[in-house]
Amino acid sequence: MGMIGFLILFPFFAALVMSCMRKSGLVRRCVQFTLCGILVAAVILFAVTRLISGGTVSYLPHTHGIDMLMLVVEWALVVLVFYYSFKFKKYYCALLSIAQTGLMTWLELTGRTEIPGDHIFADKLTIAMSLIIGIVGCLICVYAIGYMKDYNRHHLDYRDRRYFFFAMLFLFLGAMMGLIFSSNLIWIYFFWEITSICSFLLIGYNQTDEAMENSFKALWMNLLGGLGFAAAIAYAAISLQVINIQDLVALAVSSDAKAGLALIPVVFLAFAGLTKSAQLPFSGWLLGAMVAPTPTSALLHSATMVKAGVYLLIRLAPAMEGNLAGLMVTTIGGFTFFVTSMLAISQDDGKKVLAYSTISNLGLITACAGVGMHEAVWAAILLMMFHAVSKSLMFLSVGAVENCTGSRNIEDMHGLIVKLPGLAYVMIIGIAGMFLAPFGMLISKWAALKAYVDSGSILLVIFLVFGSATTLFYWTKWLGTLVAVHHHSERLTNVTKKSEWTSLISLSVLMVSLCLSFPLVSTYLIEPFLMEMYHQYVPNLIGTGNLYIMIMMLCTILILPIAVRVLTLGKKNKIVMSYMGGANAGDDRNFTDSFGDEKPMYLANWYMPDYFGENKLLLPSLVLSGGALIILMIMTIGGAL
Amino acid sequence: MSKYFWFAIIYIVCAPFIGGLLEGIDRKVAARMQGRRGPSVLQPFYDINKLFAKQSVVVNSLQDFLVCGFLVFVVFTGALFFWGGDILLVFFALTLAGIFFIMSACSANAPYSSMGAQRELMQMMAYEPMVLLTAIGFYIATGSFSVKEIAQSDISAVCFLPGFFIGFLYILTIKFRKSPYDISTSHHAHQEMVRGLTTELSGNILALVTLSHWYENVFLLGVIGLFIVNSSWWSIPAAVLVCLASFLLETLIDNVFPRVRWQTMLKWTWIVTLAAGGINLMIVMLMK
Repeated sequence: MGMIGFLILFPFFAALVMSCMRKSGLVRRCVQFTLCGILVAAVILFAVTRLISGGTVSYLPHTHGIDMLMLVVEWALVVLVFYYSFKFKKYYCALLSIAQTGLMTWLELTGRTEIPGDHIFADKLTIAMSLIIGIVGCLICVYAIGYMKDYNRHHLDYRDRRYFFFAMLFLFLGAMMGLIFSSNLIWIYFFWEITSICSFLLIGYNQTDEAMENSFKALWMNLLGGLGFAAAIAYAAISLQVINIQDLVALAVSSDAKAGLALIPVVFLAFAGLTKSAQLPFSGWLLGAMVAPTPTSALLHSATMVKAGVYLLIRLAPAMEGNLAGLMVTTIGGFTFFVTSMLAISQDDGKKVLAYSTISNLGLITACAGVGMHEAVWAAILLMMFHAVSKSLMFLSVGAVENCTGSRNIEDMHGLIVKLPGLAYVMIIGIAGMFLAPFGMLISKWAALKAYVDSGSILLVIFLVFGSATTLFYWTKWLGTLVAVHHHSERLTNVTKKSEWTSLISLSVLMVSLCLSFPLVSTYLIEPFLMEMYHQYVPNLIGTGNLYIMIMMLCTILILPIAVRVLTLGKKNKIVMSYMGGANAGDDRNFTDSFGDEKPMYLANWYMPDYFGENKLLLPSLVLSGGALIILMIMTIGGAL
Repeated sequence: MSKYFWFAIIYIVCAPFIGGLLEGIDRKVAARMQGRRGPSVLQPFYDINKLFAKQSVVVNSLQDFLVCGFLVFVVFTGALFFWGGDILLVFFALTLAGIFFIMSACSANAPYSSMGAQRELMQMMAYEPMVLLTAIGFYIATGSFSVKEIAQSDISAVCFLPGFFIGFLYILTIKFRKSPYDISTSHHAHQEMVRGLTTELSGNILALVTLSHWYENVFLLGVIGLFIVNSSWWSIPAAVLVCLASFLLETLIDNVFPRVRWQTMLKWTWIVTLAAGGINLMIVMLMK
């Protein structure tokens, strides 16, 4: 218990410390580094002790005092939202905020939520989540130290509010820790709201018009999800007398007379999960979050925020197996996976490609959770872990490249392997981790595919096979751009700071070691969790033989460069200019055009905006997914009543 | 050592010879269709022999590594398939090999090979759904992803999967780089894209690419054979005949159709995937 309390409260304490340290300098850097170190150490210690002692624990049945304190904080958040809403004339946010907080206050003050049950809870999924949040989150905080220094130097027009920025990062981690350790829905809701407000403040960091516009977009969408959450709590507490998420799921899968009614809060919670994990039609806020500095995007996309959404869906998974709520979640998730991977093809802004790919991958996780079978949940958890690591690696490396070259456009990364070899290799590891064969994401996608086929959902299978093809396109395009060897390119000076390198290298190592050790993760974390959740033996999904083959493939890739070097040791390749129809102008960067003038050659990738552009696909897919969401929600609720 | 181990070994040793012979037959048959005599069926072996003897002329030294990656993973794919491994994993390994090949073209940073790389990527996007669906089809029809078990089922998979078979034949045109879908590179080096993907490769490196293609073609025909093979002995000669017929069909298609634009390729490949594969999938899933 003490340790869990520490993990939740320490980031809040760290946020407080950071907000007091307004002067930048060595002292602040050291303090921030130390705070991150302590958190990582604590989370690893916690995971190890929990794994050794095993089992699931829950604490704190009586928390009236803390509940009241939370209520006060919630009203403080309402005041904050009111302040910003009136300042920027976005009154609907204020309305959304007061509606849900009013509902919660009424519930709590009238004593309707006084249902016995533990508030704090820790099982294997919690351990996995805490590791993601603690380690990946802290690495992003470490990266932010160096990155923000350059960022503020490049953007002198923005006010330097770094102390606020760092404080918000830690606050975010604290809220996430609270969210995963809570089992009481009211507590989860409380931390859920904090993450919404935090992301609003982080996205609006620059305080430019665009940043404020996008931060309000994030705010209203997440508050809408919060309203769904509050509605779920109200219904569960009043008519089902359930306030714990575990009890809710247990009720939904039981043969109790009220089992059908339990679907109503489940569907509302699933709705909240969909908004937070930025599924269509709510994808807009995560795309808008790009305007914020890179550490924000990295944090929102990998360790926190969107992971809160899918975490909730995974918790609800057994309650969604084979019913309309599950159908809603799988349809939205599968559709999102396919459509956003097509949209990613037409983007040339590195961060935007990453944003679409996040939404797309989350769609896959969401669909797995919606399927609800244990093998699907297995895939969902693994996907979540691999995605957190590789996506943060990608964001951080794009940020580092942007600081060096001044651009995050993929076209400008042409020949990065010559210009900035270090960052290019890190990026290649990240991209390989996102979609290539022996690496992490693909293993989970493989399991997901099996689960979809077994669950008999034809539509999902179709979405998955087509979505995989489009995913392949945009990642390989990027990979090819990186490895283009541009002759006579100058090496650029690498301005990446030590703190940034620390996190980039740690994440790369983490990525590769996770790929090598995921069978262990599966055996000691995910399988016990599934055993507990489904009360049945979970067979090894991929098969030991196949695992060996995968590891063999990984080793082949790692050894190949050395082997080729050794084999071609005595071989003499003749290096020549590339073929340009005989019109090379002395080197392979220029050619002679039809007027006899010298022209520089420029090679671009295919983006095909006429086929995959946002203006073609986005609106129809928003309408379709919005319609599907509303219809399926009404059908689920109607069916349950 | 199990007999499947020997299958894999036989594949690694014999596939280049079968692949080369097939290419020789292809050239001979194509020539006869056009009213020419055509070269000897052994011509591809003379060609590759000469290529191996030549000095390699490259644009950069990264290409060596990437082309070797292509060869290694194509051989790996085929060996895994004939060893009886998981068919999904087989296809994933094939994709990895394809990506190595595309990267080798991208790394040259030259106009024609870059264009070829983008087009090859488009081809991959076009055929990938059908490839994955084929694996799923086998799983639904026989209850297993393992090639070993699929090949030992009582009834040939094609009885349940006629649509998948047609769909796979359709994408085979892309994979064999035959017209109308020889968009990224062609057997004939006189077109607007020069040789696309392989423009910047020559000498013994180009020989490695040719070798990989032979391995790949034999593996792909193996997948066609898997549709036919079942537990009885006569299914094996039947499968060989079907493979040969499919191969000759591709030669015929190559000679009949002119090359199309990528839009047409993507559209029709996805339509066929959905119509043949998707509908067949729906039917077998409802049947089970």
